[in-house]
Amino acid sequence: MELCEITATELSRMLRKKEVSSVEITNSVLRRMEERERELNAFITVTGGIALRQAAIADRALQATKGMPSLAGIPMAIKDNICTRGIRTTCASRMLEGYVPAYDATVVRRLRKAMTVLMGKTNLDEFGMGSSTENSAFGHTRNPINKDYVAGGSSGGSAAAVAAGEAVFAIGTDTGGSIRLPAAFCGLVGMKPTYGRISRYGIVAYASSLDQVGCLTRSVEDCAMVMESLCGHDKRDSTSAPLASPQLVENLQTGVKGIKIGLPAEYFVKGLDPSIERSVMNAVSIIRSSGAEIKQISLPHTPYAVSCYYLIATAEAGSNLARYDGVKYGYRADESCKDIASMYEETRSRGFGKEVKRRIMLGTYVLSSGYYDAYYAKAQKVRTLIREDFEKAFREVDCILTPVSPTPPFKIGERIDDPLAMYLADIYTVALNLAGLPGITLPCGKADGLPLGFQIIGRAFDEATILRVGYVYEKNSGS
Amino acid sequence: MDWELIVCFEVHVELATATKLFCGCRIGTGLAANSLICPICTGQPGTLPTLNKKAVELAVRAGMALNCSINEVSRFARKNYFYPDLPKGYQISQYETPFCENGFLEIEGDGGLMRKIGIRRIHLEEDAGKLVHSSGSLEGSENSFVDFNRSGVPLLEIVADHNREPISSTTEARRYLERLRQVLIDIGISECAIEKGQFRCDVNVSVRRNGEKAFRPRTEIKNIGSFRFINEAIEYEKQRQIELAIKGAPCFQETRLFDEARRITIPMRGKENAPDYRYFPDPDLVEVTLGNDFLDSVRRNMPDLIQGRLSELTCDYGLSEDDAGLIAKDRRLFEYFVRASARIVNRKKLAGWITRDLFSLLKTAALDISASPVSPEKLSELVSLMEHGELTETMGRAVLKEMFQTSRAATEIIEKKSMTPITDIEALISVVQKVIAQNPDAVDTVRSGKKETINFLVGQAMRLTSGRADAREVRDILIKIIFP
Repeated sequence: MELCEITATELSRMLRKKEVSSVEITNSVLRRMEERERELNAFITVTGGIALRQAAIADRALQATKGMPSLAGIPMAIKDNICTRGIRTTCASRMLEGYVPAYDATVVRRLRKAMTVLMGKTNLDEFGMGSSTENSAFGHTRNPINKDYVAGGSSGGSAAAVAAGEAVFAIGTDTGGSIRLPAAFCGLVGMKPTYGRISRYGIVAYASSLDQVGCLTRSVEDCAMVMESLCGHDKRDSTSAPLASPQLVENLQTGVKGIKIGLPAEYFVKGLDPSIERSVMNAVSIIRSSGAEIKQISLPHTPYAVSCYYLIATAEAGSNLARYDGVKYGYRADESCKDIASMYEETRSRGFGKEVKRRIMLGTYVLSSGYYDAYYAKAQKVRTLIREDFEKAFREVDCILTPVSPTPPFKIGERIDDPLAMYLADIYTVALNLAGLPGITLPCGKADGLPLGFQIIGRAFDEATILRVGYVYEKNSGS
Repeated sequence: MDWELIVCFEVHVELATATKLFCGCRIGTGLAANSLICPICTGQPGTLPTLNKKAVELAVRAGMALNCSINEVSRFARKNYFYPDLPKGYQISQYETPFCENGFLEIEGDGGLMRKIGIRRIHLEEDAGKLVHSSGSLEGSENSFVDFNRSGVPLLEIVADHNREPISSTTEARRYLERLRQVLIDIGISECAIEKGQFRCDVNVSVRRNGEKAFRPRTEIKNIGSFRFINEAIEYEKQRQIELAIKGAPCFQETRLFDEARRITIPMRGKENAPDYRYFPDPDLVEVTLGNDFLDSVRRNMPDLIQGRLSELTCDYGLSEDDAGLIAKDRRLFEYFVRASARIVNRKKLAGWITRDLFSLLKTAALDISASPVSPEKLSELVSLMEHGELTETMGRAVLKEMFQTSRAATEIIEKKSMTPITDIEALISVVQKVIAQNPDAVDTVRSGKKETINFLVGQAMRLTSGRADAREVRDILIKIIFP
């Protein structure tokens, strides 16, 4: 096994025992990039020079001091909608093609403090809008397991990078499934924590009330370790919860005896691919035999989640993306513009891709005078009902287990002209974002050589329990 | 046929906080362009607002000074529109739940009576940047630049209520603005320097025939530079709307601009072109819940409006410094005095009745001025009776005592007790003679030079007449008899 394919947990142990250096690991990752990046297109910007410098610094620190952060010297990648000071942050949009932020996102600061090694900024669906990483102004990302297939989205670049050995772990964002779907499509562990758990400061907003930072890793333990370094209150984000970072790695060993797990009837219905249903149920039986109790539950408002999500997300997106007007930064179409209105029009028509424009128009419509009550206000009511579904369910169970995607990974180009089919890929993931709950996805087998995944949903701020359940499954499934 | 004018102001006041509303940038004027900016107030991707608590305190302080109810839970909303000086493409403002609602500002109305001009809401929002053009306007310029120093400066918007006691003349309009500005300066929330743009107003104008219930379409006149132009704009707009109405021509709800050179208002945009701001709650900011502790601390930190009240009492009402000091101390007491003084000529005398007689009654009963059983109107009536010689001061004191105990009006008490004063001089002389006969020692003391003792004799006469005698007249008669 190449160094670039090993888990962060194992590499961290090896670094501490001085069996390996961060520079060696980083070079292994860079070699892998040379072999595969041209084909996969997981990155928008590769920061090889920065990575080697950071690796050398981490090595010196690891030599000199004990008690270094557990992620010190580990190569990682950051989704390109997260601001990095001095390193361009494009959101996969022509609009921000040359945009170099003047500040670091809070999560980036935390990763720098943890002495991680930045390999680069990963590809995504423009501004996070998509489920396949095909809506990128920098070309689509391919699935490393089978290059004819999509890597999922919108954090597809992050997923492909970790799966291919171009990073040991990666940071993504998840607004409606954007970490969990690509993690499942690429055979990884992906976590979207509770809304408010990780600061959104410096995350280029798509839908502010749904966006959350999370990670894509090779194991549950890696996930717990990365989460520990990302979590915690940030006074720059008013929606960040005033809670300290939880102890997640320690808690993994606790086991699942007596834990009650719910299977929502509404998630196992027509439209769910039989291969996925089989593999998810297989995961259920592994977890049950580890001591957990399985219960049937109901989340009755599930059928409305996708519509509700697309009303709220687009409304917020329309407003969040208004700042890209060609005045202050980013792309400006100024050659043919006779006045300010035409400058706006041309800049936004040419600077944004098709899917982004579709969502801005939807969102503008949803908030328009005379339509607000029928769409946005009603969607907010549905959102409350969905949240209450979960609250009721969590009176009976400790976590909820579901599929991640209704189908196995699909082919590149297969759904790109059918937005509705694309939106339905999120059918099992969006409800969590609407309810603000944490979710983790784990790989559970393959169909035709392509990875399948399942999802565990937890109570708000109870990432610990879903990580424990995931850890037990990972240990006992032999994967 | 007479016409009624209805004027409603929307006043924007720049708050005197040290830093901006949603970031830590300092606030200042006259500095190099874009020297007071950061990623947040220039709308860089990924940045988030965090609320300046001081601005909330000042907003609530204004709400309290303007008699508003303070909402326990408030929210910020996004007002979406495109303009180059607006870095995020939306302004963070408040829509459905502002910090303060339903207040009033008391001014002297045209009829001489005090009027409570309704204030509908007070909300907090961020200011935009400033455009600098190479020539007169954005459209006509080769180059335009944006200075974001002002972007994010906290603004308080104070919106008057056209349904509750709206301003009905240009004099009232002027008094409203001057009074409002004075109050805001007094409580220390803003310098309100008009030339620095710290106090800006838009005005809504409409007219209707006297007695008409329904409102006619109003026009909004934007951003008028000075108090003088405001009056001209209102006057012009009033005449224009009346002429249209007389001709039977429709008046449209629209936004107009005041053309300072031509002294007229000109159309800016009609209702059909009114922008759809697509307000919605800002998901980046959580609801603001104002607890009792916070409200109490705002109340405690409220700078006294005492100076303004003091000067009003001494200059406008002619009170002595001492009385003015006693009354200005408490806003509610001040208001009590102002209400009571409506029909009174000698306001000094009224002040005396409040600070001596009413105060001592309140003190004995351990009551607050707001709980006084004697309303300002009733006290006003009592003092007015004395002013017209229909009641002696001694009787007045007795009547006030009974008014205080029963909450009844002075006239009611007087009628019941037949407390009409003794005006017959012969009757008074016989009372005085009786007093002299009964108190020979006291009379001797007075004769020997101790003139203060005469007060004792006056008191005896007042007792014999149950206060129905005029004390000054009794004294005159006593002196005439004792020193013939």
